[in-house]
Amino acid sequence: MAHIDQSKIRNFCIVAHIDHGKSTLADRIIEKTGLLTSREMQSQVLDNMDLERERGITIKAQAVRIVYKAEDGEEYIFNLIDTPGHVDFNYEVSRSLAACDGAILVVDAAQGIEAQTLANVYLALDHNLDVFPVINKIDLPSAEPQRVIDEIEDVIGIEAQDAPQISAKAGINIEQVLEQIVSKIPAPQGDPEAPLKALIFDSLYDAYKGVIVFCRIKEGTVKKGTQVLMMATKATAEVVEVGYFGAGQFIPCEELSAGMVGYFTASIKNVKDTRVGDTVTDKNNPCAEPLPGYKKVNPMVFCGLYPADGAKYPDLRDALEKLQLNDASLQFEAETSIALGFGFRCGFLGLLHLEIIQERLEREYNLDLVTTAPGVIYKVHKTNGDVIELTNPSNLPDPSEIDYMEEPFVTAEIMVTKEFIGQIMDLCQERRGIYISMEYIEETRALIKYELPLNEIIYDFFDALKSRSKGYASFDYEMKGYVQSSLVKLDILINKEEVDALSFIVHESTAYERGRKMCEKLKEEIPRHLFEIPIQAAVGNKVIARETVKAMRKDVLAKCYGGDITRKKKLLEKQKEGKKRMRQVGNVEIPQKAFMSVLKLDDK
Amino acid sequence: MISKKLGLYIHIPFCIRKCGYCDFLSFTASDQVKEQYVQQLIRELQVRSAAFKDYFLDTVFLGGGTPSVLEGRQIAEIMEAVQGNFKLERNAEITMEMNPGTVNEEKLIAYRKAGINRISFGVQSMQNKELELLGRIHTVEDFLQNYKAARKAGFSNINMDLMSALPNQTLKDVKKNLTEAAKLSPEHLSCYGLMIEEDTPFYQVYEEQELRRQAGEERQEDALPTEQSEREMYQWISDFLEEQGYVHYEISNYAKPGMECKHNLKYWEQKEYLGAGLGAASFVGDIRWSNLRTMEEYLQADIEQEPEKLVEEREVVNEISAIEEFMFLGLRTIQGISKTEFYQSFGKEYMQVYQTVHHKMISQGLLEEEGDRVRLTKQGIDVSNYVMGEFMQVL
Repeated sequence: MAHIDQSKIRNFCIVAHIDHGKSTLADRIIEKTGLLTSREMQSQVLDNMDLERERGITIKAQAVRIVYKAEDGEEYIFNLIDTPGHVDFNYEVSRSLAACDGAILVVDAAQGIEAQTLANVYLALDHNLDVFPVINKIDLPSAEPQRVIDEIEDVIGIEAQDAPQISAKAGINIEQVLEQIVSKIPAPQGDPEAPLKALIFDSLYDAYKGVIVFCRIKEGTVKKGTQVLMMATKATAEVVEVGYFGAGQFIPCEELSAGMVGYFTASIKNVKDTRVGDTVTDKNNPCAEPLPGYKKVNPMVFCGLYPADGAKYPDLRDALEKLQLNDASLQFEAETSIALGFGFRCGFLGLLHLEIIQERLEREYNLDLVTTAPGVIYKVHKTNGDVIELTNPSNLPDPSEIDYMEEPFVTAEIMVTKEFIGQIMDLCQERRGIYISMEYIEETRALIKYELPLNEIIYDFFDALKSRSKGYASFDYEMKGYVQSSLVKLDILINKEEVDALSFIVHESTAYERGRKMCEKLKEEIPRHLFEIPIQAAVGNKVIARETVKAMRKDVLAKCYGGDITRKKKLLEKQKEGKKRMRQVGNVEIPQKAFMSVLKLDDK
Repeated sequence: MISKKLGLYIHIPFCIRKCGYCDFLSFTASDQVKEQYVQQLIRELQVRSAAFKDYFLDTVFLGGGTPSVLEGRQIAEIMEAVQGNFKLERNAEITMEMNPGTVNEEKLIAYRKAGINRISFGVQSMQNKELELLGRIHTVEDFLQNYKAARKAGFSNINMDLMSALPNQTLKDVKKNLTEAAKLSPEHLSCYGLMIEEDTPFYQVYEEQELRRQAGEERQEDALPTEQSEREMYQWISDFLEEQGYVHYEISNYAKPGMECKHNLKYWEQKEYLGAGLGAASFVGDIRWSNLRTMEEYLQADIEQEPEKLVEEREVVNEISAIEEFMFLGLRTIQGISKTEFYQSFGKEYMQVYQTVHHKMISQGLLEEEGDRVRLTKQGIDVSNYVMGEFMQVL
C-alpha cells in the first residue's frame, strides 16, 4: 500500500448511552463509505458475537478501517473503534478512547442526556478527545432535537447547534456525520521515525496465528520482523504480520506507522502477555517511557461455577481456559463445595461480565452450570494482623479471629426524572447508600450521587432501579475504595445441614431480611419430600429465619384411568421434567436453580 | 393358528346432566345426535374390524358418559355390530356402565338380551345427602330397585362404583356406605377418592377453599376431608372388604375371587385393546392412538373413505416407553410387577435397569419385594405418582 498521509487519517469512536443508537450509526457509516454493500450488511457489523447482537451491547472492542471520499475531493481513512458499552468494561473503554483522537457523541433526540452519556463524554474529554454531538432518532414522533441540543450545550458545555440531526436507522443525514468526522476530528500526530510506542486496546486469540494484538501506533513504525516488547508484562516476540481491519477480516499490510490503527501477530500464545493498556515498543530501540494509564484490571465480582453434571468438571476447566485466552480479566481457581462437588471460583469485572461468561459456557461449550450467589472481595482483618481477601464466604475465618472487615464501595450517579426522585432515594437508602449530592440538570431531571456498597448493587440493583422509575432512571458507577463495615456470614441450613454453596456475606443490618427472603424463596424451589424439611437461615449459631417445606401431598386414589395411558404418562413425564437437575444434599434433593435464587430477592 | 385376544372399548359420551366433579368426555345431547352417534359408531366398528380378523374379542366394555342413556334398541344395534364384525368369544366379559337413575326393569332386560353380562353401576354413595351434593340424578332407592331388577334380569356380575373423600364426609359415612353396599354382595367394588379436576365446577369451589386453608383460615363447612382422614377411609375400606371376602387387586379395585374386571386388567397388563367412539383410546401392536374428541368432527368424518381422519393422536411405543408403562401400570396392581415377566418382555433384568431407583424406593419404605414380585407398600400407594415418576427417569 502506498504511503499514507497522516493528515488524511481520522481515528475516532462513538460514545452513547445504551440504546441511543451507537452500533446502528457505526453500521451506517460503514455502509455509506461503501466498505460493504447493503446486501452484505448484517445489522450491527461490529458486534461480532451472537450475544452482543442479542443484548444490543458491545462486549469486546472492535475496529474497522474505511475509506471516505469527502466533499473536498480528498480520500480519508477512517479508523472507527467501537468501544464496549457497559460499566463492567470501563477500563477497556478508557483504553479504546486513548487509541482515538476524537469521538462522536450520539444522543437520542427523545430521551436526551442519560447517565452513561455523561459518564462516557466526560471519559472522552478526560482523554483530550475532540467530541462532536450527533442527534439521533429524529424520525421518532417524540423527538425534540432542539431541546436536546440545548441540553447538550447546557449540561456538557460543548457546541451543538450544528450537530447533525440524523436517523441512523432510516439512514437520514449520515453524510453530515461523515463530513464532520473530517472537519471536527483532528488528524493524528506522531513521528514515524521515533522509537516505537503503540497502545494495545484489545487482543484476540486465534488458534492459527496466536494472539492478534489491536493497537494504535502513537510513535514510530512496526513491521514484520520487529522485535516487540510489551512494557508492562515484559513479554517479547517477533512480529510475524501487521495489518489493518477490514470488515470482519484482517488485511495484512507492509507496516503500521505513527497515527495508524491496526494489528500485529507475533506467535504469542496467551492474551495475558498482551494486556489492554500496555505499551508496545521495539525491544532493540525502546521508547523512553510507556504511555500513561496502564493498570492491571482486577475482577470485582466472584461466584462459584459448577458443572451440573459432576463428570463434566474437566470440560468446564477446558472451556474456562479457552475463554481466558481471549479475556485476561477472567480469573478462576478450583474449589470444592460439599453441596456442589468440584467447580471453580471465578472472578469477573461485574455482573454482566459474569452473565456473559456463563452464557458463553452454556452455549458455546454446551455446559449446564450451577452458579452460586455472586459476591465481592471483602477484606478481612484478623486479630493477628493478617489481612485476607475473601472471595468465597465459606472461607471466612472464625469470628473470634476477626478484628474487623471492609467492603468495597462505589460512587454511583443516577439520572432520574423529578417524580421518581423519592423512590430512587428510598432504594439507595435501603441498599445502605450514603447520600452525596443532587443537582438538577434541567427543570425536570436530576443527577443524584450516592456512595453504595458494591455488594448491594451487583445482584438486582439495576432491575430495581428500572422498576421503581418505570424505566426512566439511568445509572453509572465507579469504584471508590474499601470501607470498614459490620458484616456477617449468613448460613442456610436445609434439613439441619448447612449448605455451603448457599452461604453469603451480608451487612448485619440486612441479615434478618435477607435470611427471611432466602428461606421463603427456597421453600418455593425445593419440592416436597416424604418428610418435612426445615429451612433455616443462621448467623453463627443463631437461627434468624425459618420456613418449612411440608411433606409430600398424598395422591388421590383415583379411579383407573381407563385406556388412556398416554394421558397418564404425560402427567408422570411432566413430573419427571421437574425432577431433572437436582442436587442431593444430605437426604434432600435441591433443584439447581435454587442455588441461584438468592439473586432474585427484591420484593418487586 | 394362535388366536390373538382383543379387548374392545366403546365410548358413549352422553349424560343426562354433567356432575360437578366430572372431567370425563361427556355431555348432554339431543335424541337426534345420539342416534347419529350410534350409527357412526357402528360404521367405525365395521371399518376397524377389518384389521382384527385373526383376533378374538374376550372383553367388551361400554363406558361413558352414561351408556345407559341409550335405548335398549340402540345398545342392541351396537352389540349386533360387535357380534357381526368381530369374533366374540362365547364367555367374553361384556360390561356396560349404568347410571342407576337412567335404567328400569325393561331396559335391563333389553340390555341382557343384547348380550351385556356385566354391569358397572355408578352408585357413588349409599346416602342421599351425598348423592345430592355430588349432583347425581339418582337416589339410593333408585339404585336398590334397579340392583334388584338387574339380578332378576339375570346379571350375575355387578360392580358398584363408590366414592370417598367427599366434602364433609367422615369415616362414619364411609363405613355406612360400604356396609350397605356389602350387604348386596356385588361381585366387584370400585372405591376411589373424589378427585378435584381442573375445569370442573368443583375445582373452583375447592381450590379456593384450599387456598384459604393454606392461608391459615379455619376449616369451613363442606370442606374436603384432610389427607389423613382420607387415608384412614382408604385403609378402613381395604380392611373391611378383605374381611368380607373381596380381593384388593388394584389401588382402587376389589373383587370376589375370580371376578376381577378382565377388561381393566388389560390396561394394566399392556394387553391389546381397540377403542371405538369419541375420544376412545387404543393400543394395538406397539401403537397407541386415540380418536377425535369433538363430536361434530367425529360425526362428520367419512369413516369408510378416510378412517385415519378419526385419529387425533398417535404414539409409537418404543422400548423405553414400553418399559416405563410396564412399571407404572404394573405398580397400580396390588401384587405389583413380576421380575420374570419383565425379563421375558424386554430381555433385560429388572434389577439391572432399575437397581438405583429400586433401592432408593425400598429404603424410603415405598416399595417392597417378595420373591419375584415388586410392589408398592401402603406408604407407596399414598404417593404412587411420586414412585411411578421415579421409575420414569431412569432410561
